[in-house]
Amino acid sequence: MRKSRLPMILLGAGLAFLYLPIVLLVVYSFNDNRSLTVWTGFSLRWYHELIEDGQMLEAAWLSLRIAFATACGAVVLGTLAGMMLARFGAFRGRALFAGMISAPLVMPEVIMGLALLLLFVSLEQLIGWPAGRGVLTIVLAHITFTMSFVAVVIQSRLVSMDVSLEEAAMDLGARPAKVFFVITLPIIAPAIVSGWLLAFTLSLDDLVITSFVSGPGSTTLPMIVFSSIRLGLKPEINALATIVVAVVATGIGLAGFLEARRARIREREESQAGRV
Amino acid sequence: MAAHLPVRPPSLKQRALAVTRRLGLTGRGGVILGPYAWLVLFFLVPFLIVLKISVAEPAVGIPPFTKLIEWVDGGLDLKIRFSGFQALFEDDLYILAYLNSLKIAFVSTLCCLLIGYPMAYAIATAPEKRRGPLLMLIILPFWTSFLIRVYAWMSILKDEGLLNNLLLSLGIIHEPLKILYTDWAVYIGITYSYLPFMILPLYATLEKLDHTLLEAAADLGARPWKAFLTITLPLSLPGIIAGSLLVFIPAVGEFVIPSLLGGSDTLMIGRELWNLFFNSRDWPSASAVAIALLAFLVGPIMIFQHFQGRDQDKGAA
Repeated sequence: MRKSRLPMILLGAGLAFLYLPIVLLVVYSFNDNRSLTVWTGFSLRWYHELIEDGQMLEAAWLSLRIAFATACGAVVLGTLAGMMLARFGAFRGRALFAGMISAPLVMPEVIMGLALLLLFVSLEQLIGWPAGRGVLTIVLAHITFTMSFVAVVIQSRLVSMDVSLEEAAMDLGARPAKVFFVITLPIIAPAIVSGWLLAFTLSLDDLVITSFVSGPGSTTLPMIVFSSIRLGLKPEINALATIVVAVVATGIGLAGFLEARRARIREREESQAGRV
Repeated sequence: MAAHLPVRPPSLKQRALAVTRRLGLTGRGGVILGPYAWLVLFFLVPFLIVLKISVAEPAVGIPPFTKLIEWVDGGLDLKIRFSGFQALFEDDLYILAYLNSLKIAFVSTLCCLLIGYPMAYAIATAPEKRRGPLLMLIILPFWTSFLIRVYAWMSILKDEGLLNNLLLSLGIIHEPLKILYTDWAVYIGITYSYLPFMILPLYATLEKLDHTLLEAAADLGARPWKAFLTITLPLSLPGIIAGSLLVFIPAVGEFVIPSLLGGSDTLMIGRELWNLFFNSRDWPSASAVAIALLAFLVGPIMIFQHFQGRDQDKGAA
């Protein structure tokens, strides 16, 4: 059958559509001109201005800490939720649970943000906790919406995983908890790492939910970025974007390198085992 | 030899285990309890509170709404107001905002489908070795900040921006097009930001497609286009539906894209909710808007969960 070249051409065009804006952002972060559209010369002045912007740096540090705490919490709850969906079969209330875990994937953020804020306000009136809004409420809200994404990642890994290892361990008398920690966890470890990174990124990037549940003194990086670009273009944001892209690219490159090396080692071991 | 081991009293740990087991907190039960309780407290209960506050009365104070139930003269007084909902139906602004949100989300979803389908198809039919890296390229932009990607379009679409400069220098247009701060920019922004969400489920169904069916169709003399329309397209319907809902539902309530790329006349309900909450500080009306929006989306969300659930049941089986 003759294969049409059309899909490949459209794929190339689509990828260009996805990447061109990011590339332009990076290129113009080195532009000397404020206008952002006319190239007048290479300069690092926007990076200087970014570094000297104390408010921005403080917000970035806060966002990183929130994202770290969120990712750790979401990975625990999300992994357990993924286990429940992939391994527990039918338990009481499964339908409700499946609904609650997948709804945040599509729920508009304004609704989630408003709902969580009203919860925190009502809880404070009722039991005095959480006292006021700030880092704690942001982390609780972020864990709630990111754990769904972690659960999906973990669940799809568990579904594709060979259950015979777990069964063998259980036949040999290992308790469920032991099976989980000794067999399941090491196998799904890469999925847990990507779930952690996903939760970290989503938390770091969230604007809408954070704006609802944050309080005075807990202004995160996206909130500052949003309020500054709302009024128009700001070249420092290009510099910030370039740093984000560089960090992400380095991380992905490193992950790809490690994965390729692991695959090579596995291949070699398998071929050696085959010879013996 | 039958030497009896001395019977030791159960250790503290064993007793603790026995207690937790009796309470049903061990193993399965304990695992279920954690995430379940979390989601009930932080996901289910908040919606009930939104429902409650949507029928409260706005008040000056912290928090800015009245209590529903109050003791008045030794009796319970239940105060329920539908003023928030009333405004929704009386004020054209909200009805227009709902309709416009649905329109913008629908058109953007269609754009995502038209751009995303060929891309997913190309990846699914690429040599197996290349699929992983290609898929990675689709996911990669998702890892860079959403806000920054929307911001990138501001500099491309503005009057003296890169797109206008390019079109002017090519002689295609003679005066700059006004795109930024119009609905057009919102369509572009949503399509761009949500495209990966469309491609991933499409790819998942297209990749699993049985290629012998297409070969059979070709052997029987079907032209590629006919084979595509009668076999590939209908079989990829689950992916089309899942991808479309994954784009449509959040796009209806989108706030960031219309407020950065849209004009002041780009009415979208997420933006109105935000304004009611942050600018007017009218929490009951904001809650009423949220409830009405949720009512629109319950149907699509349930269909989405049905498709999500099918995969999950495959896992449970």
